Amino acid sequence: MNLFKYSSPQTFYPLAGKLIPWLAAGAAILIVYGLYIGLLVAPTDFQQGDAYRIIYVHVPAAWFSMFLYVVMAGYAILGLTLNAKLSYMMAKSIAPTGAMFTFVALVTGAFWGKPTWGAWWVWDARLTSELILLFLYIGYMSLQAAIDDTRRSDRASAILAIVGVINVPIIYFSVKWWNTLHQGSSINLTSSPSMAAIILKAMLIMALGFWLYSVAVILIRVRREIEDRERNTAWLNEFKE
Amino acid sequence: MNKRPISTLSLMRRIFMRDITVAWRRRSDIMSVFFFFIIAASLFPLGLGADPQLLHAIAPSVLWVCALLSCMLSLPRMFEADYVDGTLEQLIISNQPTLLIALMKILAHWVLSGLPLVLIAPLIGLQFNLTNNELQVLAFSLLLGTPTLSLIGSIGGALTLGLRGGGVLIALLVLPIYIPVLVFGAGAVNSISIGMSAQGGLSLLGAMLALAMIFAPLTASYALKVAVE
Repeated sequence: MNLFKYSSPQTFYPLAGKLIPWLAAGAAILIVYGLYIGLLVAPTDFQQGDAYRIIYVHVPAAWFSMFLYVVMAGYAILGLTLNAKLSYMMAKSIAPTGAMFTFVALVTGAFWGKPTWGAWWVWDARLTSELILLFLYIGYMSLQAAIDDTRRSDRASAILAIVGVINVPIIYFSVKWWNTLHQGSSINLTSSPSMAAIILKAMLIMALGFWLYSVAVILIRVRREIEDRERNTAWLNEFKE
Repeated sequence: MNKRPISTLSLMRRIFMRDITVAWRRRSDIMSVFFFFIIAASLFPLGLGADPQLLHAIAPSVLWVCALLSCMLSLPRMFEADYVDGTLEQLIISNQPTLLIALMKILAHWVLSGLPLVLIAPLIGLQFNLTNNELQVLAFSLLLGTPTLSLIGSIGGALTLGLRGGGVLIALLVLPIYIPVLVFGAGAVNSISIGMSAQGGLSLLGAMLALAMIFAPLTASYALKVAVE
């Protein structure tokens, strides 16, 4: 099988069109199921009460805010090295979803922080890094939007995405300079999680749902992008008829 | 007419001297950024009140934030004028390494807008009741940190060449990446104020300078090619 078969807009466009309904349906089912377990089945936390339930949205959103930035930078590298048009379109389409998850993580974090810490916002390492991540997304999208020439805007914003991804760890460790208020992460790969299995299950289902949602939305955006950029090509006009 | 090819060193010297000369002919441009730094720093006591202890506590961060902002304000100067009149394009197609051209323009930018801040900051620090020791660390941290600002800023300057609203866009692109420099720069002065060693912050500033020196000119020169092409 040719690995690059779907790397051209012409073959990718119909494939994405076929995938989107399945991804969207999967996302809807998983998110509803995850919320059902998280909000109704999982037990109330004896310390934090029901306020903790925001983590079913907060944690997966925070994961995806970071994950999507790395994926975006990955497509930026692919675009710059292979000069593949579709990679640039993917990177461009990922940014709004990533920024949305970053925003959701910040807002839900504030909703959780108020009853638990007694403050909407504290300047600790993880909150601050997440805020800076939002700035990086906004910078990327602004640069992309400010350049009219597609070729230049693709490549310039790809450079910015790569510079950003190198800086994320540096920024994270630099803001860790302060004592951190945020609780340590409860899930890591080396030790068993310090939370009930059902909470973890609901969180992972939500994460999977967010993942399918992201792919679906990104593919929709890529299709719009292809329609915009390839509007004068014969294949697209044939496809539409 | 048989032209001798110029040596790399002579090329570097010429680009550097050219930028300095051009800037010197428009001295008011350099001075305005310099005065921006002084005015911005003087606004804080006016807004906060003249409590010497409070001013002493915030001085390192205020001076560093003002240095960050004034450096950022002068970034469009690094490449913009040369881009508009076509000099940059000529330089890039001149078959000379773009990396060295970028490096020299960054160096010139630092000499014109970073170095003056390093020299004036201790004087403003005096107004904030900083002690002798703190002033030394402040000047040293700025000496290590402002070149990093010029280096990182060159990427932003190159990416936003010729764009509408380029100046504001640069702020959006560059300020988030400046944060580590601010944290360690102001952190070094703060730690000397509370009786700790400033070595940690200064070492990290040095490390960032070394990293930026390797990667920033490369990235900026690539971004310049993207912009000019």
